[in-house]
Amino acid sequence: MTLLEFKDLHVTYTGSRGRIPAVRGVDLKVESGRTLGIAGESGCGKSTLAMAVLRLLPKSAEVTGEILLNGEDLLTMGWGRLRAVRWTGASIVFQGAMHSLNAVHRIGRQVAEPILLHEEGISPNEAAERAEALLERVGLPSSRARSYPHELSGGQRQRVMIAMALACDPDLIIADEATTALDVMVQAQVLQLISGLVTERGVGLVMISHDLSVLSEVCDEVAVMYAGSVVEQGPAHEVFANARHPYSAALGAAFPVIGDPASRKRPGGLAGDPPDPVRLPDGCAFRPRCAVAVERCGEEVPALLAVPGAAGEGPARVSACFVAQEGEPVVV
Amino acid sequence: MSSEARSSNEEPSSGSAPSSAAPVRGEKSLTARDLRVEFGLPGGRVARAVDGVDLDVAPGEIVALAGESGCGKTTLARTLLGLERSTGGTVAFGGEPLRYSTKALKAYRRQVQLVLQDPSGALNPRHTVYDAVAEGLRIHGITDDEPGRVADALSRAGLRPPEQFFLAYPHELSGGQRQRVVIAGALVLRPSILIADEPVASLDASVRGEILALLLRLKEEQGLGALVITHDLGLAWSIADRIAIMYLGRIVEQGPVEQVLTAPRHPYTRALVSVLPGAPALKEAVPEPIVLAGELPDASRIPGGCRFRPRCQEVAAGRAAEVLHRCESEDLEILGPESAPHLVACHLDRARREDARDGGARMAV
Ligand SMILES: Nc1ncnc2c1ncn2[C@@H]1O[C@H](COP(=O)(O)OP(=O)(O)O)[C@@H](O)[C@H]1O
Ligand SMILES: Nc1ncnc2c1ncn2[C@@H]1O[C@H](COP(=O)(O)OP(=O)(O)O)[C@@H](O)[C@H]1O
Ligand code: SF4
Ligand code: SF4
Ligand SMILES: [Mg+2]
Ligand SMILES: [Mg+2]
Repeated sequence: MTLLEFKDLHVTYTGSRGRIPAVRGVDLKVESGRTLGIAGESGCGKSTLAMAVLRLLPKSAEVTGEILLNGEDLLTMGWGRLRAVRWTGASIVFQGAMHSLNAVHRIGRQVAEPILLHEEGISPNEAAERAEALLERVGLPSSRARSYPHELSGGQRQRVMIAMALACDPDLIIADEATTALDVMVQAQVLQLISGLVTERGVGLVMISHDLSVLSEVCDEVAVMYAGSVVEQGPAHEVFANARHPYSAALGAAFPVIGDPASRKRPGGLAGDPPDPVRLPDGCAFRPRCAVAVERCGEEVPALLAVPGAAGEGPARVSACFVAQEGEPVVV
Repeated sequence: MSSEARSSNEEPSSGSAPSSAAPVRGEKSLTARDLRVEFGLPGGRVARAVDGVDLDVAPGEIVALAGESGCGKTTLARTLLGLERSTGGTVAFGGEPLRYSTKALKAYRRQVQLVLQDPSGALNPRHTVYDAVAEGLRIHGITDDEPGRVADALSRAGLRPPEQFFLAYPHELSGGQRQRVVIAGALVLRPSILIADEPVASLDASVRGEILALLLRLKEEQGLGALVITHDLGLAWSIADRIAIMYLGRIVEQGPVEQVLTAPRHPYTRALVSVLPGAPALKEAVPEPIVLAGELPDASRIPGGCRFRPRCQEVAAGRAAEVLHRCESEDLEILGPESAPHLVACHLDRARREDARDGGARMAV
């Protein structure tokens, strides 16, 4: 059975400026033991998608569609069942662990808390022991259980967040920019840890990041989001090496390949900002920044459809771009 | 420290692409020599945030300074700008040591300008673009042709036609445009050197390119020099001519970007390069990822001998046995700013090069 499945998910916030369609019709699947990456600039709806899974969105958010975890719809689930699913079914590691940890409680207590809440009959001592074992599992000395969050470095706090996410042995982990604020070496340590969990425990992983080079290294598959929708999806390496949507191509170009003369002293990228979700352009949402747009782009919204891969073959790729769907190049 | 020690590091400058605009050394160069900055900590300990650095930045070149957080990058930048006083060594501009009187610093800042990191923090939301850029002129009491100077700075920062941006507020601009306004604010005094501490770290990936391209163009077309501080080696590959890798207050390797990043020699640089995601071209130089254990030690606990030794993968794997006594007891010399093209502060690297040279010499005989 598919571990996680989004079916035509829409999330709309209501703010002072009116209705904000943050997620617009997302369909995605994640299997156990596999890693799906979600890429895109800030504001494209990645965190909204993540929070929708555990129903952590504010009340003002209107959610439609389905989110199935092991076949069960999370959106219609009762609160009692949902509480059980949080931590045991799926857990999230957010960016900026400092804000997610309670400053006045020791680390050990915070890691033990979900265990005490979710496992019947477990004693506080047993939970504390489990917490120490979890800290060791993420590469921290068990003595860190007695520390307070401020006594830890950013990398160590991020490891604590991962330990907490693992506390109840979830089937699915969502990592939302979990390594973004970390230095390369600490990031490498945390990525190694996360990838190890996927292979050893067979958990499913959704890895959200704006950093394509990280995603292409860690993920099996990548979905690129733009203005609330998936605009391209396919095998991680393929999507960046041979993008089939102009936006993924621009994102890929923003990450130079060190050692590649083609990207030496040639910073690539894209001008302008993502569109304001309150005032989306007609037709393709990417059109105002697109260098290969054709007339049709301003009139119709492109659907996410199969496109010819590299040289017309290769694994299945989908792209929401008229030009790519015609098999034409997406970069000028 | 002997001059031999330095020259043993020399390597013919092969393979590096010629820079399109050669840096101009001398009159307008920023130089640091044996620079040291210590902070007293409670309990009598001392943090050696910058612990002996030689560095040159000349007009017409971009130098990247890279290293993990806590290695001393920001302290070094602040000291180069005169915002922090050094506790040893010198900062000089055009050969003149920096003086710290208000007047001298003001004159200095017309030449060496800081570019702030976060455009939303650097810009006052209630000030127009015009006021934000004119601020530097007002601080320096430059009153002639203010609109002309502001327009010139904006257009050099790529905001054209500049008059269209005069009355805009930060929230009306894209992230990339806001960072351009911040850069225009630094350019308005027509400095010869910019110091940019993580200039694109807070920008979205797709927008970074336009700012990096701007820095590159300012260098190539207008001969500006820049020290770009970053933890992102990809950024150095995108724009820098030279790179200095900093570890715990010292530069441990420096040279042309092509050499340092594609043929790194210091074990620390090799480890940093090996964990870069998605860089297949480097697999030849460093085939396996080297994920160093632990984190950067505190600047108040710099290990004796080679400061990298407790984390050094060569020591851990027993490959440094022949020089281990030196790793443990001998600090390395401060790398000269550019006495040779590619400099490395490592006993093992030195021993291997000497062996290679002796071997080569014997064969030649
Ligand atoms: N609580 C909220 N109320 C109103 N709008 C929101 C809220 N959270 C996010 N948004 C808006 O929804 C869009 C998507 O945001 P988000 O999911 O955080 O994107 P990302 O994680 O990709 O940066 C943005 O336009 C953002 O401003
Ligand atoms: N004002 C200060 N007082 C005491 N220690 C400081 C101060 N500023 C920096 N340090 C210490 O100096 C070292 C270098 O810091 P910093 O220059 O900020 O590094 P980076 O910018 O590379 O992250 C760190 O160990 C930091 O804790
Ligand atoms: S559909 Fe048109 S505007 Fe949209 S990405 Fe493709 S070419 Fe560009
Ligand atoms: S000097 Fe020794 S400890 Fe230091 S980096 Fe070289 S081999 Fe490692
Ligand atoms: Mg987010
Ligand atoms: Mg810093």
